[in-house]
Amino acid sequence: MDQISQLLLVATVFLGFALLGSSSMSGCVNLLALQGYCLSVLPFFLHHEEHSARAVLLAAGMAFLKGWLVPRILLHAIREVRIAREVEPLVGYVPSLLIGVVIVGLSVVLGQRLPLPPGNHSGLLVPISLATMMMGLFLTVSRLKALTQVIGYLVFENGIYLFGLLVFRETPWLLEMGILLDVFAAVFILGIVIQHISRQFDSIHTDKLTQLKE
Amino acid sequence: MELLGIILVPLAASLAALAWPDAKSRPLLLPAAAGVHTLLTLRLVAAPPAAAYGAWLSLDALGLLLLAVSSLVSLGCNIYGVAYLRGHSERDNRFFVACTLFMLSASSVVAVTRHLGLMWVAMEATTLAAAPLIHFQHSDRSLEATWKYLIMGGIGIGLALLGTYFLALAGAGNPEGYALHLDDLLALGPRLSVPWVKGAFVFILVGYGLKMGLSPLHSWKPDAYGEAPGMAGAALSAILTGCSFLGLLRAYQVCLAAGQVEFVRDLLVFMGLLSLLTAALFMLSQKDFKRLLAYSSVEHMGLLVLGLGIGGTGIFAALLHFVNNGLGKGLLFLTAGNIHRAYGDKTLNHVHGALRRVPVSATLFLVGAFAITGSPPFGLFISEFLLLTSAAGAGRWAVALSVAGLLGVIFIGMAGAALSVAQGEPPAKPLCQEQGESLLTTMVPAAFAVALLALGLYIPPWLMDRLGAAAALLGGTRP
Repeated sequence: MDQISQLLLVATVFLGFALLGSSSMSGCVNLLALQGYCLSVLPFFLHHEEHSARAVLLAAGMAFLKGWLVPRILLHAIREVRIAREVEPLVGYVPSLLIGVVIVGLSVVLGQRLPLPPGNHSGLLVPISLATMMMGLFLTVSRLKALTQVIGYLVFENGIYLFGLLVFRETPWLLEMGILLDVFAAVFILGIVIQHISRQFDSIHTDKLTQLKE
Repeated sequence: MELLGIILVPLAASLAALAWPDAKSRPLLLPAAAGVHTLLTLRLVAAPPAAAYGAWLSLDALGLLLLAVSSLVSLGCNIYGVAYLRGHSERDNRFFVACTLFMLSASSVVAVTRHLGLMWVAMEATTLAAAPLIHFQHSDRSLEATWKYLIMGGIGIGLALLGTYFLALAGAGNPEGYALHLDDLLALGPRLSVPWVKGAFVFILVGYGLKMGLSPLHSWKPDAYGEAPGMAGAALSAILTGCSFLGLLRAYQVCLAAGQVEFVRDLLVFMGLLSLLTAALFMLSQKDFKRLLAYSSVEHMGLLVLGLGIGGTGIFAALLHFVNNGLGKGLLFLTAGNIHRAYGDKTLNHVHGALRRVPVSATLFLVGAFAITGSPPFGLFISEFLLLTSAAGAGRWAVALSVAGLLGVIFIGMAGAALSVAQGEPPAKPLCQEQGESLLTTMVPAAFAVALLALGLYIPPWLMDRLGAAAALLGGTRP
């Protein structure tokens, strides 16, 4: 069981790297979907005794939302607004990957310094959650297109979800549903705004959004 | 009963707005729901219920304060909204009305829950509900503002969630498992793990501070406030910022219980001073009067956290200031909206002579500008003066002096801009019907102005009691 959870965590961080280096928009969305699936099954292997109806429900909700629905909305947006399929990063792919390596190193150091409560969670959980968050933030600031910024935001959100698994058993399921619902609503609204941006500017480059400044 | 009512009534009205077929009568849902909300809130203010230990919904003195301010401001904005939306009949108001009401419902949840997780969920809901309000004009500029708001707000709220998880981990040592209810966290008190509490406070300060618009996390704020309609700007600057301020206060309460308040105070004072400095610098050179108001909001958020950081009577001053700021922002944003509409422009180079073009609104705008910068005899004078004396009383002379200096600079920026809007030659082009001011669009800001004046002259004992009880929860004292 532990090996599977380790494997899933490592897969999550690898998918993060793949996102940093991927040049195709729809490829990025697929990677994001895969990361969503990894996260959704992770709780089963992380907490051995958790096979309650609630855990299953939550995993199903997570898989449906982050693995299927959100990527579907994003792919729809790509098709709808006929975006060129290229990611067009502000920071090149190779430097991005190198920054990713630095991020992972940093997270491992940080993760070791945090005084974790005793429990049967994997030692990899905290560093990988931190790394995923930072990769997400980096993707958000280093990519030009509105859609890739959303992908970055979602990766960041995934990192926070991973961190939340530390306190998984204690948080009421209603709360987790609320959090999932909020994420969904955020993506939905972001999707609508992207469509407005593309209609208004004939492009989804956020560098067109420069009228408001001091 | 009232607790459920203040959440469910606006929620039901929001759903009704989505289904309402007639665009002309739909805006009437706004004052109707807000009216009921205010009545229920008044009952709660008159006889505050005892906070139920560990319940999902329970109201304490701090929540009551936020609830009262957001209820009053949203009642004013929603009455004003009827006239505003009548003037914009060319645009579909379905989502605008629904989101305004939904925001009221979600902010009520923030006020009446002491479960930090549920609070976060409601906070995110208020964030998302505000996006369609900012985008109501459907222009390039409002789109840009909405995008920046959503991306920055999303990251801020994400960091706040991380901080909330940190708080749960801080209580991991106790046998009952992790706690996210404020009551449990406060009961654990000194047994909370110190590094996690400190980390939690930093993340919550950054996350909710971003939503409050504390410098240096304020960059979305002038854009969003500048592009949102006046009534949405008022709601954002009184309700949304109030919710995030309450989030910060909850984290402060936990730090207080854990005995970590010294660490927190210096951070808050630093953020407060930085916000004042940013506001002062940008207000002097501002060319757009709605963006000016956004920087004024940055200033006042800075004063709030500053009061919190000073402690003692400073906390009482901050809470009083929170009430005054809500009323002042209601007054200013609504009148700024009237002036913006009368000119079709909001740059200081083009807008002159408002006293002749829209006399009532311009007078109220001037009153608001002087009130918000802390001129006597308005309420903000009292709270800012109390803040300064608390800082001096706590021996923080350097802080008190720099705050006084920065407030002076801000006064110059704000008063200069307001006078330039009010005085001078109005444009030759005559005012058309829908650009003018009406009884409805001036009555509401006038009511806010009267309330501000009243609070400056006399603070009723019951208000002192409520504020004192709220300050006591944060370790503050009554002056």
